[in-house]
Amino acid sequence: MTGTVEIRNVVKRFGKVEAVRDVSFSLPEGETVALVGHNGAGKTTLMKLMLGLIRPTGGSIKVLGDDPAAGQFEARRRLGYLPENVSFNTALTGHETLAFYARLKREPGKSVAPLLERVGLTHAASRRVGTYSKGMRQRLGLAQALLGEPRVLLLDEPTTGLDPALRQSFYEIVEELRGRGATVLLSSHALTEIEERAGRVLIMNRGIKVADGTLDELRRIARLPTRIRLKVTDAGLTNVPNWLGPVEGWRRVNGHMVEIDASPERKIEVLRRATDEGAPVEDLDVVPPTLDELYAHFLLSQETAR
Amino acid sequence: MRNILIVARKEIQEGLRNRWVLATTLLLAGLALSLTFLGSAPTGTVGVRALDVVIVSLSSLTIFLVPLIALLISHDAIVGEMERGTMLLLLSYPVGRWQVLLGKFIGHLSILAFATLLGYGAAAGALAATGAEIDAESWIAFASMIGSSILLGAAFIAVGYLVSALVRERGTAGGIAVGIWLVFVLIYDMALLGMLVVDQGRTLSGGFLNALLLLNPADAYRLFNLTGTAGVSAFSGMAGVAQTATLGPYPLLAALAAWTLVPLGLAALAFSRREL
Ligand SMILES: Nc1ncnc2c1ncn2[C@@H]1O[C@H](COP(=O)(O)OP(=O)(O)O)[C@@H](O)[C@H]1O
Ligand SMILES: [Mg+2]
Repeated sequence: MTGTVEIRNVVKRFGKVEAVRDVSFSLPEGETVALVGHNGAGKTTLMKLMLGLIRPTGGSIKVLGDDPAAGQFEARRRLGYLPENVSFNTALTGHETLAFYARLKREPGKSVAPLLERVGLTHAASRRVGTYSKGMRQRLGLAQALLGEPRVLLLDEPTTGLDPALRQSFYEIVEELRGRGATVLLSSHALTEIEERAGRVLIMNRGIKVADGTLDELRRIARLPTRIRLKVTDAGLTNVPNWLGPVEGWRRVNGHMVEIDASPERKIEVLRRATDEGAPVEDLDVVPPTLDELYAHFLLSQETAR
Repeated sequence: MRNILIVARKEIQEGLRNRWVLATTLLLAGLALSLTFLGSAPTGTVGVRALDVVIVSLSSLTIFLVPLIALLISHDAIVGEMERGTMLLLLSYPVGRWQVLLGKFIGHLSILAFATLLGYGAAAGALAATGAEIDAESWIAFASMIGSSILLGAAFIAVGYLVSALVRERGTAGGIAVGIWLVFVLIYDMALLGMLVVDQGRTLSGGFLNALLLLNPADAYRLFNLTGTAGVSAFSGMAGVAQTATLGPYPLLAALAAWTLVPLGLAALAFSRREL
Protein backbone atom coordinates (compact mmCIF):
# COMPACT_ATOMS: atom_id res chain seq x y z
CA MET A 1 0.00 0.00 0.00
CA THR A 2 1.44 3.33 -1.01
CA GLY A 3 -1.26 5.87 -0.43
CA THR A 4 -0.50 9.52 0.21
CA VAL A 5 -2.07 9.11 3.64
CA GLU A 6 -1.62 5.90 5.67
CA ILE A 7 -3.47 5.46 8.94
CA ARG A 8 -2.68 2.28 10.90
CA ASN A 9 -4.57 1.20 14.01
CA VAL A 10 -4.72 4.74 15.25
CA VAL A 11 -6.12 5.41 18.69
CA LYS A 12 -6.58 8.86 20.19
CA ARG A 13 -7.72 9.44 23.73
CA PHE A 14 -8.47 12.77 25.38
CA GLY A 15 -8.51 11.78 29.02
CA LYS A 16 -11.49 9.47 29.27
CA VAL A 17 -12.88 10.29 25.83
CA GLU A 18 -11.79 7.88 23.12
CA ALA A 19 -12.11 10.16 20.11
CA VAL A 20 -10.59 7.69 17.63
CA ARG A 21 -10.56 3.93 18.23
CA ASP A 22 -8.32 1.63 16.23
CA VAL A 23 -8.93 3.22 12.85
CA SER A 24 -7.00 2.15 9.75
CA PHE A 25 -7.30 3.33 6.17
CA SER A 26 -5.23 4.43 3.26
CA LEU A 27 -5.98 7.28 0.89
CA PRO A 28 -4.68 6.95 -2.67
CA GLU A 29 -3.80 9.68 -5.15
CA GLY A 30 -6.45 11.21 -7.32
CA GLU A 31 -9.40 10.30 -5.14
CA THR A 32 -12.01 12.30 -3.28
CA VAL A 33 -12.94 10.62 -0.03
CA ALA A 34 -15.83 11.76 2.12
CA LEU A 35 -15.43 11.44 5.87
CA VAL A 36 -18.89 11.41 7.34
CA GLY A 37 -20.22 11.04 10.85
CA HIS A 38 -22.24 12.82 13.53
CA ASN A 39 -20.78 15.66 15.53
CA GLY A 40 -18.18 14.19 17.83
CA ALA A 41 -17.56 11.16 15.62
CA GLY A 42 -13.85 11.97 15.40
CA LYS A 43 -13.57 13.57 11.97
CA THR A 44 -11.72 16.68 13.09
CA THR A 45 -9.53 14.62 15.39
CA LEU A 46 -8.45 12.41 12.48
CA MET A 47 -7.47 15.45 10.42
CA LYS A 48 -5.54 16.99 13.29
CA LEU A 49 -3.69 13.71 13.71
CA MET A 50 -2.73 13.76 10.03
CA LEU A 51 -1.37 17.27 10.50
CA GLY A 52 0.61 16.46 13.63
CA LEU A 53 -1.37 19.03 15.61
CA ILE A 54 -2.07 16.25 18.10
CA ARG A 55 -0.23 12.98 18.68
CA PRO A 56 -1.88 9.57 18.46
CA THR A 57 -2.21 7.55 21.66
CA GLY A 58 -1.46 4.47 19.59
CA GLY A 59 -0.87 3.40 16.01
CA SER A 60 1.01 5.09 13.21
CA ILE A 61 0.33 7.79 10.67
CA LYS A 62 2.19 8.61 7.48
CA VAL A 63 1.36 11.60 5.31
CA LEU A 64 3.33 11.95 2.07
CA GLY A 65 6.04 9.82 3.65
CA ASP A 66 6.42 11.96 6.81
CA ASP A 67 5.41 11.04 10.33
CA PRO A 68 3.51 14.15 11.43
CA ALA A 69 3.59 13.18 15.11
CA ALA A 70 7.40 13.19 15.10
CA GLY A 71 7.40 16.89 14.30
CA GLN A 72 8.42 16.42 10.68
CA PHE A 73 6.88 19.21 8.67
CA GLU A 74 8.49 19.23 5.23
CA ALA A 75 5.59 17.27 3.73
CA ARG A 76 3.23 20.01 4.83
CA ARG A 77 4.44 22.10 1.92
CA ARG A 78 2.39 19.85 -0.33
CA LEU A 79 -0.56 19.74 1.98
CA GLY A 80 -3.59 22.00 2.16
CA TYR A 81 -5.81 22.22 5.21
CA LEU A 82 -9.04 24.07 5.71
CA PRO A 83 -10.03 23.91 9.38
CA GLU A 84 -13.62 23.79 10.53
CA ASN A 85 -14.47 27.43 11.47
CA VAL A 86 -11.32 28.88 9.94
CA SER A 87 -10.14 32.14 11.48
CA PHE A 88 -7.56 34.72 10.54
CA ASN A 89 -5.93 37.66 12.19
CA THR A 90 -8.35 40.50 11.65
CA ALA A 91 -5.80 43.31 11.36
CA LEU A 92 -4.31 42.28 8.02
CA THR A 93 -5.92 42.51 4.60
CA GLY A 94 -6.96 39.46 2.59
CA HIS A 95 -4.01 39.91 0.28
CA GLU A 96 -1.50 40.32 3.13
CA THR A 97 -2.89 37.26 4.88
CA LEU A 98 -2.63 35.07 1.82
CA ALA A 99 0.84 36.46 1.02
CA PHE A 100 2.00 35.47 4.50
CA TYR A 101 0.84 31.88 4.05
CA ALA A 102 2.32 31.81 0.54
CA ARG A 103 5.73 32.78 1.94
CA LEU A 104 5.55 29.97 4.48
CA LYS A 105 4.95 27.54 1.62
CA ARG A 106 7.70 29.21 -0.46
CA GLU A 107 5.20 30.16 -3.12
CA PRO A 108 5.98 33.24 -5.19
CA GLY A 109 4.08 36.40 -4.27
CA LYS A 110 2.58 36.53 -7.73
CA SER A 111 0.57 33.38 -7.01
CA VAL A 112 -1.57 35.28 -4.50
CA ALA A 113 -3.66 37.48 -6.80
CA PRO A 114 -4.80 34.67 -9.15
CA LEU A 115 -5.82 32.58 -6.15
CA LEU A 116 -7.90 35.42 -4.74
CA GLU A 117 -9.45 35.78 -8.17
CA ARG A 118 -10.27 32.10 -8.23
CA VAL A 119 -12.25 32.23 -4.99
CA GLY A 120 -13.88 35.52 -5.95
CA LEU A 121 -12.19 37.79 -3.41
CA THR A 122 -10.35 40.16 -5.74
CA HIS A 123 -12.69 43.04 -4.93
CA ALA A 124 -12.01 42.62 -1.19
CA ALA A 125 -8.27 41.86 -1.41
CA SER A 126 -7.19 45.15 0.14
CA ARG A 127 -9.77 45.14 2.90
CA ARG A 128 -9.04 43.96 6.43
CA VAL A 129 -10.10 40.39 7.07
CA GLY A 130 -11.96 41.74 10.11
CA THR A 131 -14.53 43.24 7.76
CA TYR A 132 -15.16 39.96 5.90
CA SER A 133 -18.40 38.00 6.11
CA LYS A 134 -18.40 34.36 7.17
CA GLY A 135 -18.62 33.24 3.53
CA MET A 136 -15.70 35.45 2.55
CA ARG A 137 -13.54 34.11 5.36
CA GLN A 138 -14.40 30.60 4.24
CA ARG A 139 -13.33 31.50 0.71
CA LEU A 140 -10.08 32.95 1.99
CA GLY A 141 -9.67 29.72 3.93
CA LEU A 142 -10.11 27.73 0.76
CA ALA A 143 -7.64 29.98 -1.08
CA GLN A 144 -4.93 29.33 1.51
CA ALA A 145 -5.61 25.59 1.35
CA LEU A 146 -5.05 25.68 -2.41
CA LEU A 147 -1.65 27.38 -2.16
CA GLY A 148 1.17 25.51 -3.83
CA GLU A 149 -0.73 22.81 -5.75
CA PRO A 150 -1.31 20.54 -2.74
CA ARG A 151 -1.01 16.78 -3.17
CA VAL A 152 -3.19 16.20 -0.15
CA LEU A 153 -6.16 18.40 0.73
CA LEU A 154 -7.83 18.05 4.11
CA LEU A 155 -11.09 19.97 4.17
CA ASP A 156 -13.02 19.98 7.43
CA GLU A 157 -16.70 20.77 6.82
CA PRO A 158 -15.66 23.10 4.01
CA THR A 159 -19.02 24.23 2.65
CA THR A 160 -20.66 25.41 5.87
CA GLY A 161 -21.37 29.09 5.44
CA LEU A 162 -21.14 29.03 1.65
CA ASP A 163 -24.19 29.83 -0.43
CA PRO A 164 -25.24 27.31 -3.13
CA ALA A 165 -23.50 29.05 -6.02
CA LEU A 166 -20.25 29.13 -4.08
CA ARG A 167 -20.61 25.50 -3.10
CA GLN A 168 -20.83 24.65 -6.76
CA SER A 169 -17.65 26.52 -7.65
CA PHE A 170 -15.97 25.15 -4.54
CA TYR A 171 -16.59 21.58 -5.65
CA GLU A 172 -15.42 22.44 -9.15
CA ILE A 173 -12.09 23.63 -7.80
CA VAL A 174 -11.73 20.52 -5.66
CA GLU A 175 -12.59 18.28 -8.58
CA GLU A 176 -10.00 20.00 -10.75
CA LEU A 177 -7.28 19.36 -8.17
CA ARG A 178 -8.34 15.77 -7.78
CA GLY A 179 -8.18 15.38 -11.53
CA ARG A 180 -4.53 16.43 -11.36
CA GLY A 181 -3.79 13.67 -8.87
CA ALA A 182 -4.46 15.21 -5.47
CA THR A 183 -5.92 13.25 -2.59
CA VAL A 184 -8.95 15.06 -1.22
CA LEU A 185 -10.38 14.20 2.18
CA LEU A 186 -13.63 15.99 2.79
CA SER A 187 -15.49 15.83 6.08
CA SER A 188 -19.13 16.69 6.15
CA HIS A 189 -22.48 15.90 7.54
CA ALA A 190 -24.31 17.33 4.52
CA LEU A 191 -24.61 13.91 2.95
CA THR A 192 -26.75 14.72 -0.06
CA GLU A 193 -24.16 17.27 -1.08
CA ILE A 194 -21.29 14.82 -0.89
CA GLU A 195 -23.17 12.03 -2.58
CA GLU A 196 -22.25 12.97 -6.14
CA ARG A 197 -18.79 14.30 -5.31
CA ALA A 198 -16.98 11.59 -3.45
CA GLY A 199 -15.71 8.42 -5.04
CA ARG A 200 -15.41 6.83 -1.66
CA VAL A 201 -17.09 7.24 1.70
CA LEU A 202 -15.67 6.62 5.17
CA ILE A 203 -18.33 6.49 7.85
CA MET A 204 -17.27 7.18 11.43
CA ASN A 205 -19.33 6.71 14.56
CA ARG A 206 -18.03 7.52 18.04
CA GLY A 207 -14.45 7.13 16.94
CA ILE A 208 -14.96 3.84 15.14
CA LYS A 209 -14.77 3.40 11.40
CA VAL A 210 -18.03 1.64 10.60
CA ALA A 211 -17.91 1.59 6.80
CA ASP A 212 -15.41 2.33 4.05
CA GLY A 213 -15.97 1.98 0.32
CA THR A 214 -17.50 3.45 -2.81
CA LEU A 215 -21.20 4.19 -2.69
CA ASP A 216 -21.88 1.10 -4.83
CA GLU A 217 -19.84 -1.11 -2.55
CA LEU A 218 -21.60 0.23 0.50
CA ARG A 219 -24.97 -0.37 -1.14
CA ARG A 220 -23.99 -3.96 -1.84
CA ILE A 221 -22.84 -4.52 1.71
CA ALA A 222 -25.85 -2.84 3.27
CA ARG A 223 -28.28 -4.72 1.03
CA LEU A 224 -30.79 -1.94 1.39
CA PRO A 225 -33.86 -2.15 -0.82
CA THR A 226 -34.07 -0.05 -3.96
CA ARG A 227 -37.17 2.09 -4.12
CA ILE A 228 -39.14 1.60 -7.36
CA ARG A 229 -41.94 4.04 -8.03
CA LEU A 230 -44.54 3.26 -10.69
CA LYS A 231 -47.15 5.57 -12.13
CA VAL A 232 -50.14 3.30 -12.71
CA THR A 233 -53.36 3.76 -14.72
CA ASP A 234 -56.74 3.77 -12.93
CA ALA A 235 -57.49 0.26 -14.11
CA GLY A 236 -54.16 -1.08 -12.95
CA LEU A 237 -54.58 0.29 -9.43
CA THR A 238 -57.42 -2.06 -8.64
CA ASN A 239 -55.50 -5.29 -9.17
CA VAL A 240 -51.87 -4.64 -8.39
CA PRO A 241 -50.96 -8.20 -7.26
CA ASN A 242 -52.29 -9.53 -10.53
CA TRP A 243 -49.78 -7.89 -12.80
CA LEU A 244 -46.97 -7.19 -10.30
CA GLY A 245 -46.92 -10.67 -8.87
CA PRO A 246 -46.41 -11.65 -5.25
CA VAL A 247 -44.29 -8.71 -4.02
CA GLU A 248 -44.14 -7.85 -0.36
CA GLY A 249 -43.79 -4.29 0.73
CA TRP A 250 -45.65 -2.31 -1.87
CA ARG A 251 -47.87 0.63 -1.08
CA ARG A 252 -49.94 3.23 -2.81
CA VAL A 253 -48.78 6.80 -2.59
CA ASN A 254 -50.34 10.00 -3.97
CA GLY A 255 -53.27 8.15 -5.55
CA HIS A 256 -51.73 7.01 -8.80
CA MET A 257 -48.35 5.84 -7.60
CA VAL A 258 -47.24 2.45 -6.40
CA GLU A 259 -44.02 2.32 -4.42
CA ILE A 260 -42.06 -0.89 -3.93
CA ASP A 261 -39.03 -1.49 -1.73
CA ALA A 262 -37.23 -4.13 -3.75
CA SER A 263 -34.41 -6.13 -2.25
CA PRO A 264 -31.30 -6.35 -4.46
CA GLU A 265 -32.17 -9.82 -5.80
CA ARG A 266 -35.84 -9.00 -6.50
CA LYS A 267 -35.12 -5.69 -8.18
CA ILE A 268 -34.77 -6.96 -11.76
CA GLU A 269 -37.79 -9.19 -11.45
CA VAL A 270 -40.00 -6.32 -10.31
CA LEU A 271 -38.73 -4.12 -13.11
CA ARG A 272 -39.41 -6.82 -15.68
CA ARG A 273 -43.01 -7.19 -14.55
CA ALA A 274 -43.55 -3.46 -14.42
CA THR A 275 -42.28 -2.97 -17.95
CA ASP A 276 -44.01 -6.10 -19.30
CA GLU A 277 -46.28 -5.83 -22.33
CA GLY A 278 -49.71 -5.02 -20.96
CA ALA A 279 -48.64 -3.84 -17.51
CA PRO A 280 -50.70 -0.76 -16.61
CA VAL A 281 -47.59 1.35 -15.95
CA GLU A 282 -47.21 4.81 -17.49
CA ASP A 283 -43.90 5.85 -15.93
CA LEU A 284 -41.30 4.60 -13.50
CA ASP A 285 -38.48 5.81 -11.27
CA VAL A 286 -35.73 3.77 -9.66
CA VAL A 287 -34.19 5.32 -6.53
CA PRO A 288 -31.14 3.52 -5.15
CA PRO A 289 -30.53 3.89 -1.40
CA THR A 290 -29.22 7.38 -0.68
CA LEU A 291 -26.11 8.07 1.32
CA ASP A 292 -28.43 9.23 4.08
CA GLU A 293 -30.06 5.81 4.23
CA LEU A 294 -26.74 3.99 4.00
CA TYR A 295 -25.38 6.14 6.77
CA ALA A 296 -28.37 5.42 9.00
CA HIS A 297 -28.05 1.73 8.23
CA PHE A 298 -24.37 1.48 9.13
CA LEU A 299 -24.78 3.49 12.29
CA LEU A 300 -27.67 1.32 13.39
CA SER A 301 -25.91 -1.94 12.66
CA GLN A 302 -22.84 -0.79 14.56
CA GLU A 303 -24.87 0.41 17.52
CA THR A 304 -26.72 -2.91 17.76
CA ALA A 305 -23.50 -4.89 17.41
CA ARG A 306 -22.08 -3.22 20.50
CA MET B 1 15.74 30.84 9.60
CA ARG B 2 13.56 32.09 6.80
CA ASN B 3 10.42 30.86 8.53
CA ILE B 4 11.41 32.73 11.67
CA LEU B 5 11.79 35.96 9.73
CA ILE B 6 8.49 35.42 7.91
CA VAL B 7 6.68 35.05 11.24
CA ALA B 8 8.56 38.02 12.75
CA ARG B 9 7.66 40.19 9.80
CA LYS B 10 3.97 39.34 10.13
CA GLU B 11 4.08 40.08 13.85
CA ILE B 12 5.57 43.52 13.15
CA GLN B 13 3.06 44.13 10.38
CA GLU B 14 0.23 43.36 12.78
CA GLY B 15 1.78 45.55 15.47
CA LEU B 16 1.94 48.46 13.05
CA ARG B 17 -1.60 47.84 11.88
CA ASN B 18 -3.28 47.63 15.25
CA ARG B 19 -1.33 50.64 16.55
CA TRP B 20 0.70 48.79 19.16
CA VAL B 21 3.89 50.29 17.80
CA LEU B 22 2.48 53.78 17.64
CA ALA B 23 0.94 53.65 21.11
CA THR B 24 4.06 52.26 22.77
CA THR B 25 6.38 54.71 21.07
CA LEU B 26 4.22 57.71 21.91
CA LEU B 27 3.82 56.59 25.52
CA LEU B 28 7.54 56.09 26.05
CA ALA B 29 8.49 59.29 24.21
CA GLY B 30 5.88 61.35 26.07
CA LEU B 31 6.91 60.10 29.49
CA ALA B 32 10.61 60.32 28.69
CA LEU B 33 10.32 63.90 27.47
CA SER B 34 8.33 65.04 30.47
CA LEU B 35 10.69 63.32 32.90
CA THR B 36 13.66 64.89 31.15
CA PHE B 37 12.41 68.43 31.43
CA LEU B 38 10.38 68.30 34.60
CA GLY B 39 13.03 66.19 36.27
CA SER B 40 15.95 68.43 35.51
CA ALA B 41 14.21 71.60 36.70
CA PRO B 42 14.22 70.91 40.45
CA THR B 43 17.78 69.60 40.54
CA GLY B 44 18.89 72.59 38.55
CA THR B 45 21.56 70.57 36.89
CA VAL B 46 21.26 71.52 33.28
CA GLY B 47 25.02 71.40 33.28
CA VAL B 48 27.48 68.70 32.43
CA ARG B 49 25.64 65.91 34.21
CA ALA B 50 22.21 66.61 32.77
CA LEU B 51 22.05 63.32 30.86
CA ASP B 52 23.03 61.35 33.96
CA VAL B 53 19.97 62.70 35.74
CA VAL B 54 17.88 61.64 32.76
CA ILE B 55 19.36 58.15 32.92
CA VAL B 56 18.35 57.82 36.56
CA SER B 57 14.79 58.93 35.96
CA LEU B 58 14.35 57.00 32.72
CA SER B 59 15.62 53.76 34.17
CA SER B 60 13.14 54.09 37.02
CA LEU B 61 10.44 54.61 34.43
CA THR B 62 11.68 51.58 32.50
CA ILE B 63 11.44 49.31 35.51
CA PHE B 64 7.72 50.03 35.79
CA LEU B 65 6.74 50.41 32.20
CA VAL B 66 8.84 48.09 30.04
CA PRO B 67 7.95 44.86 31.89
CA LEU B 68 4.31 45.89 31.75
CA ILE B 69 4.36 46.54 28.01
CA ALA B 70 6.37 43.37 27.39
CA LEU B 71 3.93 41.23 29.35
CA LEU B 72 0.97 42.89 27.68
CA ILE B 73 2.15 41.99 24.19
CA SER B 74 3.50 38.55 25.07
CA HIS B 75 1.02 36.89 27.46
CA ASP B 76 -1.49 36.47 24.63
CA ALA B 77 0.96 35.27 21.98
CA ILE B 78 0.28 31.54 22.16
CA VAL B 79 -2.88 30.96 24.16
CA GLY B 80 -4.61 33.87 22.40
CA GLU B 81 -3.88 32.53 18.94
CA MET B 82 -5.02 29.10 20.06
CA GLU B 83 -8.27 30.47 21.39
CA ARG B 84 -8.93 32.49 18.26
CA GLY B 85 -8.15 29.43 16.15
CA THR B 86 -5.40 31.07 14.10
CA MET B 87 -2.71 28.84 15.60
CA LEU B 88 -4.39 25.73 14.21
CA LEU B 89 -3.98 26.98 10.66
CA LEU B 90 -0.46 28.34 11.18
CA LEU B 91 0.82 25.04 12.58
CA SER B 92 -0.60 23.14 9.60
CA TYR B 93 2.03 24.96 7.52
CA PRO B 94 5.60 23.76 6.99
CA VAL B 95 6.91 25.65 9.99
CA GLY B 96 8.24 24.30 13.28
CA ARG B 97 6.69 25.38 16.54
CA TRP B 98 10.00 26.70 17.85
CA GLN B 99 10.26 28.74 14.66
CA VAL B 100 6.84 30.25 15.33
CA LEU B 101 7.87 31.11 18.88
CA LEU B 102 11.21 32.58 17.91
CA GLY B 103 9.64 34.53 15.06
CA LYS B 104 7.09 36.03 17.40
CA PHE B 105 9.85 36.84 19.87
CA ILE B 106 11.91 38.67 17.29
CA GLY B 107 8.82 40.51 16.08
CA HIS B 108 7.67 41.58 19.53
CA LEU B 109 11.16 42.50 20.63
CA SER B 110 11.65 44.60 17.51
CA ILE B 111 8.48 46.52 18.30
CA LEU B 112 9.61 47.12 21.86
CA ALA B 113 13.15 48.02 20.81
CA PHE B 114 11.89 50.45 18.21
CA ALA B 115 9.62 52.18 20.72
CA THR B 116 12.35 52.38 23.37
CA LEU B 117 14.99 53.61 20.97
CA LEU B 118 12.76 56.25 19.48
CA GLY B 119 11.05 57.28 22.73
CA TYR B 120 14.18 57.58 24.84
CA GLY B 121 16.27 58.77 21.93
CA ALA B 122 13.82 61.64 21.52
CA ALA B 123 14.43 62.66 25.13
CA ALA B 124 18.21 62.63 24.75
CA GLY B 125 17.96 64.43 21.43
CA ALA B 126 15.76 67.12 22.93
CA LEU B 127 18.18 67.55 25.81
CA ALA B 128 21.13 67.88 23.44
CA ALA B 129 19.11 70.37 21.39
CA THR B 130 18.67 72.65 24.42
CA GLY B 131 22.43 73.05 24.38
CA ALA B 132 23.25 70.94 27.41
CA GLU B 133 26.83 69.76 27.38
CA ILE B 134 27.02 66.01 27.44
CA ASP B 135 30.29 64.14 27.64
CA ALA B 136 31.17 60.81 26.07
CA GLU B 137 30.86 58.90 29.32
CA SER B 138 27.26 60.00 29.73
CA TRP B 139 26.45 59.05 26.17
CA ILE B 140 27.83 55.58 26.76
CA ALA B 141 25.83 55.23 29.97
CA PHE B 142 22.73 56.39 28.10
CA ALA B 143 23.28 53.92 25.28
CA SER B 144 23.77 51.05 27.70
CA MET B 145 20.63 52.17 29.53
CA ILE B 146 18.65 51.83 26.29
CA GLY B 147 20.33 48.52 25.48
CA SER B 148 19.62 47.06 28.90
CA SER B 149 16.03 48.36 28.76
CA ILE B 150 15.55 46.32 25.61
CA LEU B 151 17.13 43.33 27.33
CA LEU B 152 14.76 43.79 30.27
CA GLY B 153 11.89 43.84 27.78
CA ALA B 154 13.22 40.65 26.19
CA ALA B 155 13.24 38.93 29.58
CA PHE B 156 9.63 39.83 30.30
CA ILE B 157 8.51 38.93 26.78
CA ALA B 158 10.06 35.50 27.32
CA VAL B 159 8.37 35.15 30.71
CA GLY B 160 5.07 36.16 29.10
CA TYR B 161 5.51 33.48 26.43
CA LEU B 162 6.15 30.86 29.07
CA VAL B 163 2.88 31.78 30.77
CA SER B 164 1.12 31.83 27.42
CA ALA B 165 2.43 28.38 26.49
CA LEU B 166 1.37 26.84 29.79
CA VAL B 167 -2.15 28.07 30.50
CA ARG B 168 -5.40 26.97 28.89
CA GLU B 169 -7.21 30.29 28.74
CA ARG B 170 -6.37 33.84 27.78
CA GLY B 171 -7.93 35.25 30.93
CA THR B 172 -5.67 33.11 33.07
CA ALA B 173 -2.63 34.28 31.13
CA GLY B 174 -3.66 37.91 31.68
CA GLY B 175 -4.13 37.40 35.40
CA ILE B 176 -0.80 35.64 35.82
CA ALA B 177 0.95 38.34 33.78
CA VAL B 178 -0.37 41.05 36.08
CA GLY B 179 0.70 38.96 39.07
CA ILE B 180 4.21 38.54 37.69
CA TRP B 181 4.49 42.26 37.09
CA LEU B 182 3.37 43.06 40.64
CA VAL B 183 5.77 40.54 42.15
CA PHE B 184 8.89 41.46 40.22
CA VAL B 185 8.36 45.21 40.05
CA LEU B 186 6.80 46.02 43.42
CA ILE B 187 6.46 43.21 45.95
CA TYR B 188 9.89 41.64 45.53
CA ASP B 189 11.75 44.83 46.44
CA MET B 190 9.46 45.59 49.35
CA ALA B 191 9.95 42.11 50.72
CA LEU B 192 13.69 42.41 50.23
CA LEU B 193 13.77 45.74 51.99
CA GLY B 194 11.64 44.43 54.82
CA MET B 195 13.96 41.47 55.23
CA LEU B 196 17.02 43.70 55.39
CA VAL B 197 15.38 45.97 57.97
CA VAL B 198 14.37 43.05 60.16
CA ASP B 199 17.74 41.39 59.80
CA GLN B 200 19.74 44.55 60.56
CA GLY B 201 22.72 43.09 58.74
CA ARG B 202 23.20 40.31 61.28
CA THR B 203 22.77 37.07 59.33
CA LEU B 204 22.32 37.94 55.68
CA SER B 205 25.60 38.03 53.82
CA GLY B 206 26.43 40.21 50.84
CA GLY B 207 26.59 37.11 48.66
CA PHE B 208 23.06 36.16 49.61
CA LEU B 209 21.87 39.67 48.83
CA ASN B 210 23.58 39.51 45.44
CA ALA B 211 21.87 36.25 44.63
CA LEU B 212 18.50 37.70 45.57
CA LEU B 213 19.09 40.73 43.36
CA LEU B 214 20.04 38.51 40.40
CA LEU B 215 16.88 36.47 40.89
CA ASN B 216 14.79 39.41 39.82
CA PRO B 217 15.41 40.78 36.33
CA ALA B 218 14.07 44.18 37.37
CA ASP B 219 16.64 44.41 40.17
CA ALA B 220 19.44 43.27 37.89
CA TYR B 221 18.43 46.04 35.51
CA ARG B 222 18.26 48.62 38.27
CA LEU B 223 21.68 47.77 39.62
CA PHE B 224 23.18 47.71 36.16
CA ASN B 225 22.04 51.22 35.36
CA LEU B 226 22.18 52.96 38.70
CA THR B 227 25.57 51.72 39.78
CA GLY B 228 27.10 51.21 36.38
CA THR B 229 29.01 54.44 36.14
CA ALA B 230 30.31 56.65 38.89
CA GLY B 231 28.53 59.67 37.46
CA VAL B 232 25.15 58.05 37.53
CA SER B 233 25.44 56.34 40.88
CA ALA B 234 26.28 59.68 42.45
CA PHE B 235 22.83 60.93 41.48
CA SER B 236 20.93 57.78 42.06
CA GLY B 237 21.51 57.47 45.77
CA MET B 238 22.64 53.96 45.04
CA ALA B 239 26.29 54.56 45.79
CA GLY B 240 25.82 52.81 49.13
CA VAL B 241 24.15 49.79 47.65
CA ALA B 242 26.75 49.68 44.91
CA GLN B 243 29.39 49.12 47.52
CA THR B 244 27.56 46.42 49.49
CA ALA B 245 26.24 44.57 46.47
CA THR B 246 29.46 43.67 44.77
CA LEU B 247 28.12 42.85 41.36
CA GLY B 248 29.87 44.05 38.24
CA PRO B 249 27.97 44.89 35.09
CA TYR B 250 28.67 41.51 33.47
CA PRO B 251 26.96 39.25 36.01
CA LEU B 252 23.99 41.61 35.87
CA LEU B 253 23.80 41.43 32.08
CA ALA B 254 24.25 37.67 32.26
CA ALA B 255 21.34 37.50 34.72
CA LEU B 256 19.15 39.43 32.28
CA ALA B 257 20.22 37.20 29.41
CA ALA B 258 19.46 34.10 31.47
CA TRP B 259 16.06 35.56 32.35
CA THR B 260 15.45 35.75 28.60
CA LEU B 261 16.89 32.45 27.42
CA VAL B 262 15.63 30.11 30.13
CA PRO B 263 11.94 31.13 29.99
CA LEU B 264 12.12 31.20 26.19
CA GLY B 265 13.54 27.67 26.11
CA LEU B 266 10.92 26.45 28.57
CA ALA B 267 8.18 28.15 26.56
CA ALA B 268 9.40 26.39 23.40
CA LEU B 269 9.37 23.08 25.26
CA ALA B 270 5.88 23.59 26.66
CA PHE B 271 4.59 24.76 23.29
CA SER B 272 6.08 21.78 21.45
CA ARG B 273 4.22 19.38 23.73
CA ARG B 274 0.91 21.12 23.52
CA GLU B 275 -2.01 19.67 21.66
CA LEU B 276 -4.55 21.83 19.96
N1 LIG C 1 -8.92 18.70 22.75
C1 LIG C 1 -9.87 17.86 23.15
N2 LIG C 1 -10.00 17.55 24.46
C2 LIG C 1 -10.94 16.70 24.88
N3 LIG C 1 -11.82 16.08 24.09
C3 LIG C 1 -11.75 16.35 22.78
C4 LIG C 1 -10.79 17.24 22.24
N4 LIG C 1 -10.95 17.30 20.90
C5 LIG C 1 -11.98 16.48 20.61
N5 LIG C 1 -12.46 15.90 21.73
C6 LIG C 1 -13.56 14.92 21.78
O1 LIG C 1 -13.31 13.93 20.83
C7 LIG C 1 -14.50 13.54 20.18
C8 LIG C 1 -14.36 13.71 18.68
O2 LIG C 1 -14.35 15.07 18.35
P1 LIG C 1 -14.16 15.63 16.88
O3 LIG C 1 -13.04 14.93 16.23
O4 LIG C 1 -14.05 17.11 16.97
O5 LIG C 1 -15.53 15.23 16.20
P2 LIG C 1 -16.14 15.69 14.80
O6 LIG C 1 -15.17 16.54 14.11
O7 LIG C 1 -16.42 14.41 14.08
O8 LIG C 1 -17.40 16.41 15.11
C9 LIG C 1 -15.61 14.38 20.79
O9 LIG C 1 -16.24 13.60 21.79
C10 LIG C 1 -14.89 15.52 21.41
O10 LIG C 1 -15.58 16.00 22.53
MG1 LIG D 1 -15.40 18.45 13.53
